Amino acid sequence: MSERNESLHALDDGEAFEAVSETTMSRKERYRRLFDRWVLAPGRIVWDDLRARVGASIILLYLVVGLLGPTLYKAPQVNQGPRSIAPLAEGLTYPLGTDNLGRDILAQLVHATPSMLQMIVAGGLFVTVTGVAVGTTAGYVGGRTDRVLSLLTDIVMTIPGLPLIVILAALLEPQNPIVTGLILTINVWAGLAREIRSQVLSISRHSYVEASKAMGLSTPTIIVKDILPNIMPYVLITFVNAARQVIFASIGLYFLGVLPYDSVVNWGVMIDQAVSGGAMHVMSMAHWLIAPLATITLLSFGLILFAQGTDRMFNPRVRARHSTTTGSDDEPTGDGATATTGGGVR
Amino acid sequence: MQRYYIERTLQAVVTVVSVMSLAFFLVRLMPGNPADAYRAELIQNNPQMTQAEIDHRVERKLNVLPDAPLHEQYVNYVTGLLRGDLGESINEGVAVSEIIAEALPWTIFTMSIALLLSFTIGISLGAAMAYKEGDYFDTGFSVVSILFNSIPNYIIGILLIWFLGYQFELFPTGGRYSTEMEPTVGLLEPIRTLTFLGDALWHAALLILSYAVVAAGGWALRMRGNSIQVLGEDYLRVARLRGLSERRIATRYVGRNAVLPLYTALLIAIGFALGGSVILEQVFTYPGVGYYMIEGLEARDYPLMMGVFLVMTIAVVLGVYVADLTYGLIDPRAQTRGGER
Repeated sequence: MSERNESLHALDDGEAFEAVSETTMSRKERYRRLFDRWVLAPGRIVWDDLRARVGASIILLYLVVGLLGPTLYKAPQVNQGPRSIAPLAEGLTYPLGTDNLGRDILAQLVHATPSMLQMIVAGGLFVTVTGVAVGTTAGYVGGRTDRVLSLLTDIVMTIPGLPLIVILAALLEPQNPIVTGLILTINVWAGLAREIRSQVLSISRHSYVEASKAMGLSTPTIIVKDILPNIMPYVLITFVNAARQVIFASIGLYFLGVLPYDSVVNWGVMIDQAVSGGAMHVMSMAHWLIAPLATITLLSFGLILFAQGTDRMFNPRVRARHSTTTGSDDEPTGDGATATTGGGVR
Repeated sequence: MQRYYIERTLQAVVTVVSVMSLAFFLVRLMPGNPADAYRAELIQNNPQMTQAEIDHRVERKLNVLPDAPLHEQYVNYVTGLLRGDLGESINEGVAVSEIIAEALPWTIFTMSIALLLSFTIGISLGAAMAYKEGDYFDTGFSVVSILFNSIPNYIIGILLIWFLGYQFELFPTGGRYSTEMEPTVGLLEPIRTLTFLGDALWHAALLILSYAVVAAGGWALRMRGNSIQVLGEDYLRVARLRGLSERRIATRYVGRNAVLPLYTALLIAIGFALGGSVILEQVFTYPGVGYYMIEGLEARDYPLMMGVFLVMTIAVVLGVYVADLTYGLIDPRAQTRGGER
């Protein structure tokens, strides 16, 4: 009560109009708040969800293997061990056995990981950046720009992805994993662009965007400050889906022998070699085929679990509950808008 | 609304034209230009041939006039395509359109069964999961659906062919039908037709299964989501208050409204199924269109490759086009919003 009286009193004196917020945030505080909002709070939500926790652990495992594995574990070499031995047949020397050329299978899996991760990251980044750029521009600028970009998006979406990738891969013969990642996701950005466009359309009708416009803020500023934060969680999920796309397409094309590979044998190439090396005919060679299949499936499963678990980040209320520094003054974000587009037809 | 139809038609045309142009430039301008390569080969092998003869041969093969200016070549190529002339396969020496016409029915045969199967299983399962939301049935099948949906279909294909094909020898490991079979399809010979179709189905079974298992997981998850959304709607409560039977509510209210949004997805999936067959047909050495695409690729048979790619693209464009135009007819709600889209 007394607080209220005080403020009423201040209002009478005209003090209220001169008062400046006492809690000006220092730079450090601002960063802390940003960190809390975009790293800690999502992290907590992720950790609360069993699916996301399992998914994140699996992804982390692959990251660790990709970053440290090749330096810690021996490289695969022809005749480095006896040919075609079963897993654990010689203790831990060849934990997953060897193939028909005497190469350690675990070594092949481990040493193929870094280029796979590069491919995934390159593809994911390309899809995310292009999709967000095209979608935001189309949705926010509107008019003729929107029509042209939307038409382009629709065309790219309608071209059958896999056959196009097959042709491009065969013609360009990419050796560099980053280039390969870009080619594999050449058409994936369009789906994201379309979704982002509809998101941006609904966000830009919100009053705070109108307010920013009225204040005369520049378009890039509005896009970066008002619009992008709202679509970030969504972008994360698309990144994960693009990563899966890269894995599916690359393994398939390496298996078909469409993509060239050099000395480092890839998971897809391993499947190809196992199949053509007769691993399907002799049960004693089963490990040769199972190892790459299991590796791919586990990674893909981890990614999809992670994406499923993080979809709760869509919900700003869940996010606010897990955040410590974000008070109740948090502006209401996107309320129903995010939920409805999820049930889209495509 | 009218404007929407016109725009949609225009867009379909623009898409097909862009892909045709893309195909042209890929054939013409890519490194290792097939036209130059083929011409060099002709000159080397047939020294007695005149320039005109060589040019004619190149044109017949690739639909491309080797020495004409680019725009003339382009017009020539496109008019050729519009007449259904996809060029001649470099390796097999027959028209590409012939190869495709022979292979396409097999891909359509397998993919339509696979789609139908996955769609039926998927929506039934998804609806059942939504009704039992949260209990063991729902959680169990959700995990199974996610698991299947997270494995590429060719990996399931490899596993199936490994166990059911090679280890237990229950299914053939390749080909369209048994060698001793006489391909007969006709009303006059019902028994032979049926045995032939049975044999063909037996050969395609694993391919169909590996596509269907993965796709069914996806349909189930989407159907589950749609149904749960519908289950929360007010009109359902009204229907219950009106005392309608559960059965009527399930089919007319929930089922209908949850399936309708999937109609477009189904039509689009039909278009994309052709393209999705590329890796699977290779795994099962099943000579459909996808199989020939890789064949063409390995032999650097550009006309074949491009022909298959064009056919696949046109299939998708048609699927999406039909879906967009007819959606308003089957779901009146879309019609009112149609102008906005």
